Amino acid sequence: MIELENVAYSYGGDSLFAGLSLQLAPGSFQFLTGPSGAGKTTLLKLCYGDLLATSGRVTLFGKDAAGLTRDDVALVRRRIGVVHQDCQFLDHLPLSENVALPLQVSGRSKEAQDNLGDLLGWVGLSRQAAQTPPQLSGGERQRAALARAVITSPDVIVADEPTGNVDWDMSQRLLTLLIELNRMGKTVLIATHDLNLIRFAKSQVVANVLRIRGGQLETGVTL
Amino acid sequence: MNPRVTQILGLLQGDREADRAVPPTGFTARLTVFTAAAMAFLAVFALALSVATGRLADRWSAELARTATLRISAPAGEGEAQVRAALQVLETTPGVASARALTPEEQAVLLEPWFGPDLPLETLPIPRLIEVTADADGYDATGLRARLQAEVPAAVLDDHTRWRAPLVDAANRLRTLGWIALLLIGGAVAAMITLAAQSALSANAQVIRVMRLVGARDAYIARAFVRRFTLRAGLGALVGTILGLLAVAALPNGDDGGFLTGLGFSGAGWFLPLFIPPLAAVVAFLATRAAALRTLRTQA
Repeated sequence: MIELENVAYSYGGDSLFAGLSLQLAPGSFQFLTGPSGAGKTTLLKLCYGDLLATSGRVTLFGKDAAGLTRDDVALVRRRIGVVHQDCQFLDHLPLSENVALPLQVSGRSKEAQDNLGDLLGWVGLSRQAAQTPPQLSGGERQRAALARAVITSPDVIVADEPTGNVDWDMSQRLLTLLIELNRMGKTVLIATHDLNLIRFAKSQVVANVLRIRGGQLETGVTL
Repeated sequence: MNPRVTQILGLLQGDREADRAVPPTGFTARLTVFTAAAMAFLAVFALALSVATGRLADRWSAELARTATLRISAPAGEGEAQVRAALQVLETTPGVASARALTPEEQAVLLEPWFGPDLPLETLPIPRLIEVTADADGYDATGLRARLQAEVPAAVLDDHTRWRAPLVDAANRLRTLGWIALLLIGGAVAAMITLAAQSALSANAQVIRVMRLVGARDAYIARAFVRRFTLRAGLGALVGTILGLLAVAALPNGDDGGFLTGLGFSGAGWFLPLFIPPLAAVVAFLATRAAALRTLRTQA
């Protein structure tokens, strides 16, 4: 589905990591952890085509990422739901339109009419549908970002510190939603610092933990 | 339906959701509409200038080519006889359709702009003038001059060649200048729309980032900007064109049916400015699309 083979990434002449390999199998649940600045966000961006590897090969749904046109990348993004730590919304649009945006840009607006109500109910934001992102709390924004990431029913969900700005209760709630999605067959990759969150997830789902440290990726990390 | 037509109809119809993705920018919008209106207003005048000077060149070329003036500077007392002799020569010259001596009153009217209305012409040695009109085939000017020299030595034939050519040349150059002005106005509209579109794209970098994150193609993102600027330019140009037409219509009519012509349009020419708004919209469409795709490419 998503595969990195012997990938290196350098930024401004400094090597962030090298010789890194990773395979995201369909339906898997993976955590990516590591110290700040280790390259977690960069690795996630390589996984959804936002960055190109300096060397090595990144394969997204069977296609070499280096050979993708911008339109190809757009099509890949439609199969990968991304949740950012800072959410990234269109602040002038109400929540409902922000959540429906992935359907709109892919010409599937009519599906939004059918799914949006249920989806907002699922993340507990039905009453906030008409509010704009700046009017929402941190937790509401994170749930909205999750709703937007899954509205197209993507194959993969990539989340970068999805619980970074919320309290423990909200973190558990968000994680529960991601676990539900994984049980529905979605591949989930979450970058997080929060080891308690990983422990909570591992108590409910089979999750693999990856750790990036010193430019190397360790797999099957035990906490 | 032709895909290009479908694309244009789609552009006019719009995509409400794509439009809404880009936040409204009231000041930029008003500025674009105003500039497009001002440019269209100027374009109407440039077009009027081109059309009028073209008409003037054609008229001068056609009318002056068919007319000539015979000037008779004879001593006092011999004038009438010389005029009669000249008219006789002209009447028997092949290619001359008509020849008519101007009356003293008509000559006074011609001189009035320079000497005022109370000029005592009879006290001055004013030459007599004969207006000569050629038929479609024209006459042999060289042969006529030779005959006049022999039979009416005081007569000088002026077939306007010396000053007709520079006048027509000047009118033609004015017409060219008018078209160049129109091209410059079109280029200025394209440059202005490009700058405004680039400014809007830069100001909306976050919008573009979010739209890319959720899988929007460049064409989708560009469409929201392209449609907005195309409609603004078209609307502004429409307003400017209407105002320009009203202003041209309000100009004094200098067309005396002869030598002079007004700056305005005539007949079907009044419909020419109606092409300005769609042309402005097309220019805006192409400029915004090029700017948007270029900016999106560099932001990749």
